[in-house]
Formats: sequence, C-alpha cells, structure tokens
Amino acid sequence: MKHARSLLLKDQRPLSRKATAMRYSALSLLWNGLRGNRDWRPAWRQPQPKPHYDVIIVGGGGHGLAAAYYLAKEFGIANVAVLEKSYIGSGNVGRNTTIIRSNYLLPGNNPFYELSMKLWEGLERDFNFNAMISQRGVLNLYHSDAQRDAYMRRGNAMRLHGVDAELLDRDDVRRMVPFLDFDNARFPIKGGLLQRRGGTVRHDAVAWGYARGADRHGVDIIQGCEVTGIRRENGRVAGVETSRGFIGCGKLALAAAGNSSEVARMADLKLPLESHVLQAFVSEGLKPFIDGVVTFGAGHFYVSQSDKGGLVFGGDIDGYNSYAQRGNLATVEHVAEAGKAMIPALSRVRVLRAWGGIMDMSMDGSPIIDRTPIDNLYLNAGWCYGGFKATPASGFCFAHLLARGVPHETAAAFRLDRFRRGHLIDEKGQGAQPNLH
Amino acid sequence: MASLVPCPHCGPRPKEEFTIKGAALPRPAPTADPAEWFDYVYLRDNPRGSYAEYWHHTAGCRRWLVVSRDTITHQVAACRDAAAQGHAA
Amino acid sequence: MSSHRLPQGGLIDRSKPLAFTFDGKPMQGFQGDSLASALLANGRRLVGRSFKYHRPRGILTAGAAEPNALVTIGSGGRTEPNTRATMQELYAGLAARSQNRWPSLHFDIGALNGLLSPFLGAGFYYKTFMWPAAFWEKVYEPFIRKAAGLGRATHQADPDRYEKRWAHCDLLVIGAGPTGLAAALSAARAGARVIVADEQAMAGGALLSETATIAGRTAPAFARDCAAELEALPNVTLLTRTTVFGWYDGNVFGAVERVQKHLAEPAPSVPVERLWRIVAKGAILASGAEERPLVFGGNDIPGVMMAGAMRSYLNRHAVAPGRATAIFTTNDSGYALARDLEAKGLDITAIIDPRESGGADYAGKARLIRNAVVTDAHGGRSLSAIDIRTGGRTERLAVDALALSGGFSPVIHLACHRGGRPVWSGEKAAFLSPASLDGLAPAGAASGIAGLAACLADGAHKGASLAAALGFAASPIPFGPVEGDAPAAPAKVLWSIPGVRGKAFVDFQNDVHHRDLDLAVKEGYGHVELAKRYTTSGMATDQGKLSNINAIGLLAEARGVSPGEVGTTTFRPFYTPVSFGALAGAYHGEHFQPVRRSPLHGWAERHGAVFVETGLWYRSAWFPRTGEKDWRESVDREVLNVRNNAGLCDVSMLGKIEICGPDAAELLNRAYCNAFLKLPVGKARYGLMLREDGMVYDDGTTSRIEENRFFMTTTTAYAAGVMNHMEFCAQALWPELDVRLASVTDQWAQMAIAGPKSRKILQAIVDEDLGNDAFPYLAAREVSLFGGRLHGRLFRISFSGELAYELAVPAAYGDRVAEALTEAGQADGLVPYGVEALSVLRIEKGHVTHNEINGTVTPGDLGFGKMVSASKPDFIGKAMLQREGLNAPDRPRLVGVVPLDPGQSFRSGAHILAKGAAPTLENDQGYVTSSAFSPHIGSTIGLALVRHGDERHGEDVTVWNGLRGEFTAARLCAPVFFDPANEKLHA
Repeated sequence: MKHARSLLLKDQRPLSRKATAMRYSALSLLWNGLRGNRDWRPAWRQPQPKPHYDVIIVGGGGHGLAAAYYLAKEFGIANVAVLEKSYIGSGNVGRNTTIIRSNYLLPGNNPFYELSMKLWEGLERDFNFNAMISQRGVLNLYHSDAQRDAYMRRGNAMRLHGVDAELLDRDDVRRMVPFLDFDNARFPIKGGLLQRRGGTVRHDAVAWGYARGADRHGVDIIQGCEVTGIRRENGRVAGVETSRGFIGCGKLALAAAGNSSEVARMADLKLPLESHVLQAFVSEGLKPFIDGVVTFGAGHFYVSQSDKGGLVFGGDIDGYNSYAQRGNLATVEHVAEAGKAMIPALSRVRVLRAWGGIMDMSMDGSPIIDRTPIDNLYLNAGWCYGGFKATPASGFCFAHLLARGVPHETAAAFRLDRFRRGHLIDEKGQGAQPNLH
Repeated sequence: MASLVPCPHCGPRPKEEFTIKGAALPRPAPTADPAEWFDYVYLRDNPRGSYAEYWHHTAGCRRWLVVSRDTITHQVAACRDAAAQGHAA
Repeated sequence: MSSHRLPQGGLIDRSKPLAFTFDGKPMQGFQGDSLASALLANGRRLVGRSFKYHRPRGILTAGAAEPNALVTIGSGGRTEPNTRATMQELYAGLAARSQNRWPSLHFDIGALNGLLSPFLGAGFYYKTFMWPAAFWEKVYEPFIRKAAGLGRATHQADPDRYEKRWAHCDLLVIGAGPTGLAAALSAARAGARVIVADEQAMAGGALLSETATIAGRTAPAFARDCAAELEALPNVTLLTRTTVFGWYDGNVFGAVERVQKHLAEPAPSVPVERLWRIVAKGAILASGAEERPLVFGGNDIPGVMMAGAMRSYLNRHAVAPGRATAIFTTNDSGYALARDLEAKGLDITAIIDPRESGGADYAGKARLIRNAVVTDAHGGRSLSAIDIRTGGRTERLAVDALALSGGFSPVIHLACHRGGRPVWSGEKAAFLSPASLDGLAPAGAASGIAGLAACLADGAHKGASLAAALGFAASPIPFGPVEGDAPAAPAKVLWSIPGVRGKAFVDFQNDVHHRDLDLAVKEGYGHVELAKRYTTSGMATDQGKLSNINAIGLLAEARGVSPGEVGTTTFRPFYTPVSFGALAGAYHGEHFQPVRRSPLHGWAERHGAVFVETGLWYRSAWFPRTGEKDWRESVDREVLNVRNNAGLCDVSMLGKIEICGPDAAELLNRAYCNAFLKLPVGKARYGLMLREDGMVYDDGTTSRIEENRFFMTTTTAYAAGVMNHMEFCAQALWPELDVRLASVTDQWAQMAIAGPKSRKILQAIVDEDLGNDAFPYLAAREVSLFGGRLHGRLFRISFSGELAYELAVPAAYGDRVAEALTEAGQADGLVPYGVEALSVLRIEKGHVTHNEINGTVTPGDLGFGKMVSASKPDFIGKAMLQREGLNAPDRPRLVGVVPLDPGQSFRSGAHILAKGAAPTLENDQGYVTSSAFSPHIGSTIGLALVRHGDERHGEDVTVWNGLRGEFTAARLCAPVFFDPANEKLHA
C-alpha cells in the first residue's frame, strides 16, 4: 500500500520530523495492559494558542485535521493551528454513514475520489491509528434499463481511470445479497454496480487518527476555540478573532463544512452554498446481517453494518436550509419505507437513534478547494453529503494548495470561479438547486 | 417549524405536501449585469437565523409560498403567497 | 431453583397461567407478568451475556432502560432480537432465547475475553489490528464482527401488517403515571381534547408498584379508576402500549403503539404496530425519573437490581428478589423497598447507606449500616456476597440479592429532541429539562419533583393550567390525602466509590467500566462526546438511560469539574428503539409507491403488452406475438410495421398542462428558450425549456388551441417538475401575468398513430378532413370523432419521423377509442407498439429524450443552438447561457454512431475513444446516450455526446465498454438515421 508521499509527491524527499508520542501497536497494548494501563499518554496535546501561526485551519473536523496532518507531514509546514469551536470531530466526520467509495462519473471528480480511496487504503499505517477501514464493497442497485445504462456509463468512466467497477446482473446480486427484495412488487431489482474497494470506515477514528498524527508532527489542535471574526489588514487576512483572543496567521484556511457560509461572511464573502440537514440512523446491534454497503435504486436508502453490529443507514436530505443538526419525522418514515422495500426483513429490526448533520451543499453538487478573492484566505467547502469519503484527498489537496499555492492536479476542477465561468461539475445534472444534489 | 407549514391558503399542513425550491430571491431584470445574474443563480446568504425560501404547496393548493423560517429553531415567522411578494418587496 | 413467586398479591391474574420457554426450558407465569417478572418468578437470574466480556447478566430494571435482559423472541419473519424482557408482556407460548453466547448461556466461550480485559480497555481496537494490512478484512474484522452484535435478526420478510395514523389534540400527556393521570384528568374534565400515551399495558406507571394509598384507595386502584374515567370521556384518547419516541418541529410527536406485540398470533386484520403522528397544541412530559445504579465492583452480577425495579417486581408481580436481600441506597428510595419487603415477610440482610443520618425514619428490623458503601459484589452467575466498607473496614456479607439506588434522574429525553440542552441542578444533583420549552411542559418526577403527593399535585396543576391557556375552564383536581408516601430526604451524590477492586460497570450492555472512562480522560477524550465515542458508553440499545449520568459524574471527577460543566451528550430520537415496520407502515411491497396506470392500460393488456415500470407508471414495453422468440423479435416487428404500415402507441403518460389566459403566450415565451408568442392558433410547436442556469430542462410540444389557450406536453419523467416550474414562473416570478395553469395529464388519454397508413386509419374515426392541406404537419386542432359522438384533440406531430398523429380524448373514452382505432386499422396492418419500439423509432430519427437531456447539456450541445431566440428580451436561462463554459468548443455534442461492422453492436453507457486511443480518462471523448438495433439500418445505431461531436461526422472511433469487455470499431455520423430531409413528416 502506498502512502500519500509516494502516491503524489515523488518530487519531495521524506521529512525527518520524528514523532514524539508513543506508537500504537499490539506490543504497546500488551505492555500497557500488563502495567495496568497507567502509562497511556494523551492522543494529542491541549496547547494554548500561540500568537501567530503560518497557517490557521478553521474547523477541527475530518477535512481540517487531515489538511493539518498533511501540511505538517508531507509539506513540512508544522506551524499550524486547527481551531475547533467544540470538540474535534464534532461535525460531519462524526455524524455520517461511514461510507467510502470512488464511483464517480465526471472527470473533474473521478481522479480526486480515487486518490482519496488510495489514501484510505494506506491511511492506518500512515497515521498509526486503526480506523477500521473495511473494503467490503459498495453495491448500487438498479431497477430499470435507464438506471442500468447510467451505471454502465459510470462504471466505464471509473474503469477508464483504473477504478474497479463491475456491473452485476440480477443473479450476481442475488448471490451476494440474497435477502434483497428482488421481486419487489413495484421496482424489481435488475442488477447493480459494484465497487469492491468501496466500504466503510470507523468515522470518529478518522478525526482522532488525523488529530493524533497532526499533533505528533507539531500541529496545535485547539478545541473550544470559536472564530468570531476575520481580521484583514490592507485587504489581506491577518488573523482571526476567537473566543480565546486574536490569533495571527500567514494563511487562513476554512474547512468549516456546514458552517462555511457563516465563517466566510466574516470576510464579506458570499459562497455558492446552502446548508442542509441530512439525517442518518443506526439500528440496535445485531449479529452479522449485511456485509457490504448496499444502496437502493428506487428510493433514497443506503445501509451497511458497523463492526459493532448496528445497521448504519440513511436517505435523502430533509430539503430545507438548516443549521439545526436534527431532522424531520416525515423523512425518517421515507427512509424506513425505502429500507423495507429493499430488505423486507428489516421490518422487525429496531432503529436506535437518528441524528442530523449539516451539509454544505454546493450549487453543482461538487466541492470547492481553492483560493478566494481575498488574499491569504483559502476555502475547502461544498462537500454536500460526500465529504466523509473525501477526507484524505480533501486534506491532502487543501494542504497542497496551501503549501504550494496551486491546486493539486486531482482537485484542479474544484475552483470557486467555475460557477461564474460555467465549468460545472454536476454529477446528477440537477443544476443550481442544492437540495436536488 | 418544518414538520408543519402554515400555508396561508390551507392552514398548517405537513411538510411532505410541499416541494422546497430554495432561497426566495428577486429575479434580476433581463437587462441586469451578468454579475447580478450570477449572484441570483449561484450565491446564497445561507444564514444561521431568519431565511426566506420558496415552498410549493404541491399536494395542496399548488401555490408557491415564501416561507420565512429560522434555520436554527425551524420556527416559521411568516408564510405568504409568493405572488404577494412583489408588493411587499 | 424454586419459585420466587409470593403466595399472594400483585397485579397478576393467577387464574390465567401462561406457559412459556426460555432457551427451550418450559416455565410458567401468569397473565399480567412481563417476561422479566416471569423469569424472576421462576428463579431465573442469568438471562444474558454482555457485549464485550460476555459476563453473566441478569435483570437490572423493570422498564425501558433495561440494558441486560435482552432476548430474541418470535420465529421466522417474526423474529425479534434484542427484545427487552422487562417490556415484553408474557403470553402463552412465548419462546424467548438468550443472545450473544456460545455454545450456551451457562457456558459461554466468549467469557474468556474477561481474562484479556487488561488489553481490551477503552478503544483498544484503535491501537492494533493494523498489521499486516490485508489481515483486517480477512482475519481481524470477520472475527470482530462475529463476536460483536447482540441478537440475530432474520433475513425473512415480515408477514405482519403495520399502519400509520395522524392525531390532533389540545394536550398530549406523555406517561400515565400519577403525574400524567392527574394532568390528563384536570385538562379532560374541562373539555380539552386529550391524548394520553403510556408505554405500559395499563395506565398507572409507578402507581402500579406503589403501596401508598390515595384518599383511601390503593395506588393501583386509584390508577384504574383514573384510567376508567379517562376512557369514558369522549374527548380523551388513552393509548396504552404506546411510546412517544420523538418530539419534532411544530409540536409534532411521533409515537408507536404496540397493538399486538403481546399476542402469540397477531390477528391478520389488525396491525401489529401503529405509528402515530400526534400534533399537540400543548404537551406534558410526565415520563417520570430513572433510578441510578451505583458504580462498584461486580455491580453487574445477576441478583443486583435497581431498588425501584425490585420493588416493582415485589408489589406488582409478587416476586421475591431472593432469600437474603441487601439494599445499597444513597436516598430514601431504598427504604420504601425495605418497608415493602418486610411487609411481605422477606428478610433484609442489611441496608447500606453512605449518608451519615440516612434512613432516619426507618423503623424496620434490618441492620442499617450508615456511612458505608458496597465496594464489591461477588458471585459468578448469581450474586453470593457483597463487601461493605465502612470507616476503613471491609465486611463481607452473604446475600443473594442486592438493591441499588443512587438517586434519580428525571427522564427528559423528549424535552431535548429539538435542540434544547439540559440544565444541571446542583440542588437536585440531576440534569433538568431545558428552560422555557415551547409546547412541552415537564411535570412531576420528570421535572425533578419527588413524592407521590407532590407529583399528583404538579400534574393536576400543569394539566389545568395548560388547558386554561387554551381557553378551557380547567382547575387542578384535588385527589385527597396520600398515605404512606416515601420520605424524600436529600440524596448523597456518589459517583465513584473508594476501595473498589473488581470491574465497576457504568454502561452495562457495552461493558464500559469506571477505569475505561478514566483512561479516556487520560488519553484526551475527556469531552463527554469524545468519551462516549471512545469508550462506547451510552451507545448501547438503552442509549445510556442508566449509564450516562454516572459516566458524566465520573468524567467530572476525573476532570475536576462539575457535572454541569461536563454536560450531557445529545438526546436524540428515538426514546426507545422503533421498528422499521412501524416507521414504514403500510408503505411497502406493492404499496411502497402509488401505481399510475394509463387510461389505455386495459387496451394494452388485452393486446398482450409486457409492462415496464417507468417512475410510478406502468408502460407497455412491447406486444409479443405467438412464436416470437424474444423481445427483440417483437420490437423489430413493431418498428418495421410502423415504418411500413402503421402503429398505435399509448403516450398518455406524457405530462399535459392546460395554459390559458390573456398572457398565456407571454408566459410560454418566457418559459421556453424558443419563440412562442406568434404561434398561430391551430398549430403545435416543439419547445425547449431551460433551467435558469442555461442547461436544458425539458422538451415537448405545445399547441395553441385557441388564442388564449395552450396545451403543453412534457416528458413523462418531468411532468410533475415542469408543472411546478410553470407555476413558479406564473406565481412567483411573474405574478403580473394573467394566466392560469392546470395539470391535465390524467384528464386526457393520448395515443400516437404513426406510419404511412396512419392518416387513412385515423380518417375512419375522425370526422374532419385529414388531407395534407386541411391538416398539415404540426396542425393541432380539436376534432370531432365518430360522427360527432366524441370530441378530441388531434396533433400532427411525430416522434418516429413517420407521418404521424397524436390523438387526445377524454381519459374515460381512451380505451374505447384505442380499441376502435385498432379495429379500424386492422386491414391496413395497424398493430400496437410499445415504448421499446418507440425508442428505436426516435433514435432512428435522432430525437432526444432525457437520455440526452441529462441536466448538463445546452441547446447547442443537442444541435438546437439556432432554436434559442436571440431576439426575446427574456426567457428562463438566457443570462447564464452566455457563460464561457457553456459555449466552450470542446463541449460534448450530440452525434450519431454506427458500428463499422453491422454485425457488431454496442450499448448505452459505453464510452467513445478516438480510434486506437488507450482507454484512459484523458482519452475519454464522450459516451453513448442511447442505442438500439435499427431494423431500418440493419445494425445497432446510437446517439452519443462526444467532444466536438458536431465537427467529427465520419470519424472512426472506438466504442469502449470496459465493464463488458466490448470494444467496437464505429463511426460518428449525423444524429439522424432516417429521413433526414423530413419528407415523411410532410407526406
């Protein structure tokens, strides 16, 4: 498995910064266990903010922490602070359905998400934290010839980029997941598009692994620090006002997901984003019920099973602008209806918990990693509900942009001005209406 | 309040009767600058707090409404027929 | 073990014995038992195994918070894992199975994990299993997945029915305990419409386990009387077995009623569960309070039980906890239990109270040990002894039952579902509801009030005042004096217990113990949310109902702050887990989505159509004939027949919109990118509709029936969307236009009659002259049919490229008209054709559908650039269409594609590569949007969107389908394969 450096930065020599904290291993577990687990050290420090950093990243979620990690580890920029108004991972990285995949259609997206997939594949050894990356497959069902053709197009686009994709017929799907409702009275299942390398990741662990990794490379992770203003001097960003005072910076990098519009407003920047609530759900713990990720093609429903045993599933966004991190009963019912339509045996399974995340829905359904018109202000946003799977590549490409001033080649299409210029990356073809993406 | 929407024509009705379009913005004049058109089609205030959106009472009176909601509490402050907007604005 | 059932008492019906089994062993209980009380009565202690260490677990509670006693019940498609024995009513024949153990509950190999526990602390799995990489999916994870999980769900479909209901009320009362009953009666007697919901089989809540009396009546009798009065009132709905699981915006409450979950064989005519959506003007949260466990070593050994639960089993189910019972209590709850135990002649070994002067009013015989704590409990599968530490000394007492009470936490779950954060009360040592909740008022124990009399008074007061606020003349009902109410001296807060040796569990089900939380703090996961995620405390099926408060207290101690500063994790639906079945209701199987059938469905059926789901519609795909080997043979025949004779196709599912008013033409002129203002009356025109971002949205023909009346058709898929959009244009964008819109999709049956003989056939039923001069191409007029017996609308438009018409008649006549046409056309070879043939015909003609209008194409991309009006001042999409990216020369553009070798074929979704180019993303030129075998051309043909496509006609390319391993040499060409000069249309 390759790491980011060998994948992407063939021109760069490995950095020799020595990690100071304890490495995790079976041996360290054994050693500490025998010593009564007294000697475990904090996974990351709780530093006081310094007066000035080369880079301040706003948002201690997956993308912000990953950007900090790669900045320090791959680009040698370690004088970095990640400011998080709550606790790290309190946003979408800790409230999603944990799915990773790179089954994208458009050339603007496809290489980026495949980069992400490759980074996932080496991530745990890279940051020395078991995030339970589990490539048990992502299967998208189709129910009509039109859907099959659309998946044919998508699967071929994936293949053209060397991404694994298989178009399964009904019998193939039946062999994999025999308990689906193949003869659904309304929308029989006719087959599916399978990406075997897709799967799931223990989402919180991604935030923790990156935080611990970034911390080991010298990044200050400052929790409970809310950005309240962006100070500009001579038109350039000079630093941020925070709940813990002013902190100066060379570059300011926004990775605030659903709160991006609010943070950008502090710099008088209006974004092509709307914030929407997406609900997700988990069932009671069950013995192994379903192996990989399966998505329904005749309604909004996708499901996988966590290693702990809960079925993790979700559906469509509620549809209205919201910052509330909670959803609506009607949507809950729609999700359950679609779930039971796909797997009738779910009927007796009980849903344990519902939660909501705030999605930074962009106007074409694709993300933005770019400079902004304001000097020293950089933006990473617009992840819609696809942000989790993008975490490694997003962090890496954002770090690349911050360190080198130019977009990474796989993120070259994610420009902020593409809307103005008309170079959209619209996977669903829904146009400038975020709640349809 | 998004479980029930107070339609000015039909009274409080469940959310799933409605189709939500998005920000209720005035459409620029045909002669407006391209930048103004770009703002209208692509940029959004997207505030925490009060926000006006177009909701269509699709399974009811089939009128387009302007729903003024708080995006944190979901409380609806006002809901009026979209055709009345021109006069108000 | 012998029976623990007391000879008398309880709310069980001893005349109705119920036989049941646990892990196959026959047992007996009574009507009125829960599965848990019946198990206890049978002397059954060990009922489950914990998640991680597989420790033996018994019944800890008597209610919804139960973390341990989870069993699987039912069989086949009715299998229900993780059922709380405490909430499951006993029925005859109930067969419960224990979970998460192998090979048996008594001997569980998984218990070896306990020996490894030093290495399996909080988050251990984040620190290992990383080497070698391939081992995760192949070795570690399968093992972990198998070991994890609780019960096993079935893969069989559920045979039972579910349904949903809406309800509206003035006041929803959540919980029918003393507070809820008092509130409901006070509001209901004044005439308010009240809904009372309670999760138990009968109203009463804590009253059912209570020995106090109210105005001389026993508590259960009082509850029965209150319930009877509520039942009798016409303005009250009393829902038992109903859990309110969520509070949503607009004061909408979700509730689930377990209608038949207490029956062995549910009646097929009745749902097993019913989902209620309750819209309440006001609501009272009378959900009571949850007793807290105490965190000492071995606090999970079967035989340890919450004091209130033990009291409930004792009083309500007449079950004795054991022969030698100890009570460990930090408050007066333990003394109510002691009093009741002694009243029933049961021995109490000791009462352990950490307070200096606890139990001041206690007058019983038990040994009262003050200033003392239990540090450890002992026993394997059943409690045998406890260690009591007092003044530095430790004493071991032999007991077989231990009751715990660490104080009470108001059940405020629902009050926090809409974003409010709980507030810590130092005085009550508890988190209370967020202040000033709009629409929901916590009352009684749920608001931190203790004592039966106080709860009754609070409920009556809040029920009356909420009703009064809604305009009812309500006043609080006085219920008379309460005798025997438990005293309520202040509780001692006891988070950690000094001197503990064994594992002291916080979250029982997930096996999170005290040291796990300390480790979380030490490693930097001290924030309550991080601690939860790192240790999994509070993430079990009980969602931390018992554990969260202790976890918060212990985190507060470890961090040196107050519990208020630690705060709670977020309360979210569902209060208790809700089944998919209940949430889905009747919307599954054939009722998952509504079915739309065309008015010609019956006609198509009679002619042998094979139907295909298209959105909600069933469309006739093709009409096989005897002897035809496969669908292709049928479709080829249908296509050729249209080209040579004539065919009849159902196009009723096209969207149809009637647009009228003086400004109708103006509206169309702004909605379409091409001109409509000057469309003559009696003419149809193809219209292209853009989105505001300049991309093509939909297309269709619109005809001017009268000066101020238009008839628009849309594609089937976008019928609803276009209607909404047109209404948006008319109402929100240009309300000044005088125009009215009506969807008439369902009002008209519409059929295409296509082919060289279509005119002749149609003339047989149309009264007007259909000659080319009288009814030319694009004519659109109302016509008289069958000698004036019927009127319809006839349009000379063609999707197939043939001489063709579309005839619309009122929907109810569609079937007969289609039949009449079929009959009239028989001599001329008219046969029905389906959407498959339609698709071949339109690809041959190069007409686009949503295969091509994929949301990312401009009019120019489709070859419609010249249609876009340059002169109109405004239309939807005009401004954004000017952007550079939408006019870039290398955009994919519509083109035709044919295989070089007619014997070869390709499929839609295959990509286009330059001839000889390597299959890489960089070389991707576009893709095949539509393809079909064309009997006319004699090979597969396709439409494709290809970069610079319009400039590349004649170029050889590769059609690449890596998914299928198909690589076809092909040639790009003009996207018209049939009659490019349009001679047929005008024939």
